[in-house]
Amino acid sequence: MRAKIIRKEDIAGLLESLMEEYEVFAPVKRDGLVLFERISSASEVFLDYQNSLMPPKQLTFPQTETLFGYSSAKGEVKIEVPHREEKPQLIFGIRPCDASSFVVLDRVFDGEDYKDTYYLERREKTITVSMGCVKPRSTCFCSSVAGGPFSTEGSDLLLIDIGDKYIAQIVSDKGAQLLEKRRFRDATEDELASAATVVKAAEASVGPGVEMDGLKDKLDSSFDDPIWHQLTEKCLSCGICTFLCPTCHCFDIVDEAVDSNGERIRIWDSCQFPLFTLQASGLNPRPTVKERFRQRMMHKFSYFLDKYSRVGCVGCGRCITECPVNLDLRQVLNSVSRLEGVK
Amino acid sequence: MPEVSDKIREAARSLLRQHKVDLVVGFERGSIPLRSTPCFVRREEDVDRLIWDSFCENNLAKYLVKRAERVAIVGKGCDVRAVVELIKENQISREQLFIIGVPCQGMVDRRRVEAKLDGREILEVSETDGELELKGDGFSEIVSREEFLYPCCKTCTHRNPVISDVLVADAAAELDSDSHLDVAEFEARSAGERWEYLSREFSKCIRCYACRNACPLCYCQECFVDNSRPQWVGKSTDASDVAVFHIMRAFHLAGRCVDCGACERACPMGVDIRKLNRKLVKDVKARFDYETGLSLDQVAPLSTFRPDDPEEFMLDP
Repeated sequence: MRAKIIRKEDIAGLLESLMEEYEVFAPVKRDGLVLFERISSASEVFLDYQNSLMPPKQLTFPQTETLFGYSSAKGEVKIEVPHREEKPQLIFGIRPCDASSFVVLDRVFDGEDYKDTYYLERREKTITVSMGCVKPRSTCFCSSVAGGPFSTEGSDLLLIDIGDKYIAQIVSDKGAQLLEKRRFRDATEDELASAATVVKAAEASVGPGVEMDGLKDKLDSSFDDPIWHQLTEKCLSCGICTFLCPTCHCFDIVDEAVDSNGERIRIWDSCQFPLFTLQASGLNPRPTVKERFRQRMMHKFSYFLDKYSRVGCVGCGRCITECPVNLDLRQVLNSVSRLEGVK
Repeated sequence: MPEVSDKIREAARSLLRQHKVDLVVGFERGSIPLRSTPCFVRREEDVDRLIWDSFCENNLAKYLVKRAERVAIVGKGCDVRAVVELIKENQISREQLFIIGVPCQGMVDRRRVEAKLDGREILEVSETDGELELKGDGFSEIVSREEFLYPCCKTCTHRNPVISDVLVADAAAELDSDSHLDVAEFEARSAGERWEYLSREFSKCIRCYACRNACPLCYCQECFVDNSRPQWVGKSTDASDVAVFHIMRAFHLAGRCVDCGACERACPMGVDIRKLNRKLVKDVKARFDYETGLSLDQVAPLSTFRPDDPEEFMLDP
């Protein structure tokens, strides 16, 4: 492991120096909510958190994004491409689950058959300094979905808290360059051993979460099972689980215009909304919560695997803690896993 | 509150056994601490899942709209007030409904309890005589239930179900009246200050529509924000569109909102949604002497017209 040592008292100085080079986004506590915001001073950063209420997904995939503006006068049509921020962005204190969600989003927006320039432009100028989870929440299930409290996927640097200092594990070239310019010493063998102990304890504390063995087959063969009605009956069909999800990426494109002048914008959409699949004919192939909730499970734990050879979930648990009716995805999936008489 | 849970089960068991209802809608233990969760019981052997505690926060009337079955609902004061309105609005009939009424002691605000622990995660909660014992990794704390009630529970004047077919607890003590001090304080601010406050609240909204979907009286088959032909409201998080959503929703609930607070409890972003609703609750009471969901016979003020209705607002905006 290539790793440097950053003393906790040096974090503020590091952030101040990073702000000269990057737009720095970090967890900030406002009105009791922890959210990622652009900081202008290291003192705004709030690091004593388990995870932010919303993932920093909007930094590469904003909830509302203007694709272009248009206007027409005297038969002449003008297209205006919105101005983009030039400065690279750095996400400080992102959790490993959220960092790996960027890798999931890359599959969709940076795929073989489709490259989303709006996403990619932001993604390429993003660098992630992750904060490993010493104390995962009881609702975390990253370990079930090939992640972990100190997983390095999607991170450029991963910080491991070993008491009075952080071990900064170098994950990518971008991360190495960031530290190279700043004078931090190498981690000693002893410090690496302390880090290993912290990591091991954290990994052991992640709950059993979701039984993944055979889950995909069960999902595929239980599509019409009546259990879906029982499992989803309490769902309110709101968009919390999808809007707070670091990997949900469905969007809609709409025009906001007055006469013939306006903007074409992209907005987050949610498969939990009845309108999501409403067709122009009036037919809705997913008319009730059963079909909609099932779709969310199928997309993440079956279709995504088919298409991209990994699950479309990073186990952050936000959909569990924030669901207004406590519809727990772990219970839903485990109930399907345990179905008998289904292949 | 184990004895209340027992009585709910007893009532549910007897209803299902005698085929008086097809379904009982109540609460069961949630999957995480500080949560109970809506539960649908159709078979006698599942009756023991039903529970009652300080976390039965959802308004179950939501699940009654346009239901065809004969259904029993485990209803606290606010659930039953919503049921009364739904009956009057022909969304469910009194005849197909059995109300297992629960005199309510108020529900506990899980987010405020969590905030008190300042980031330490609660892993276990137990409840005894007005106290909650919160346990986590290396800590155990006892807090008073009363101190952490939801704001709407603190001002609630109808903890006892206004109609029911059976009651499963002794009557709860009621407040004489809701003083609406919070609304009066808001009204006293200048228009600019009020707008600034509301704009700041709306700016937190992510348009997940959890408030609308948790609301027992928001049951329009097609909500105006979802309408696309014509499209009344923009779809983005643009401040004016978000404000239109919240303001229109509040107006649509005038005289229909029972101030159960389900909207605010559902909101993940902490938007002060009840501010507008409570202003309208207060105005409807002052202008039409009407409190929502108290009687099946009283006609809702906005579904009727009387020549002597106050209408000074038409002349003096």
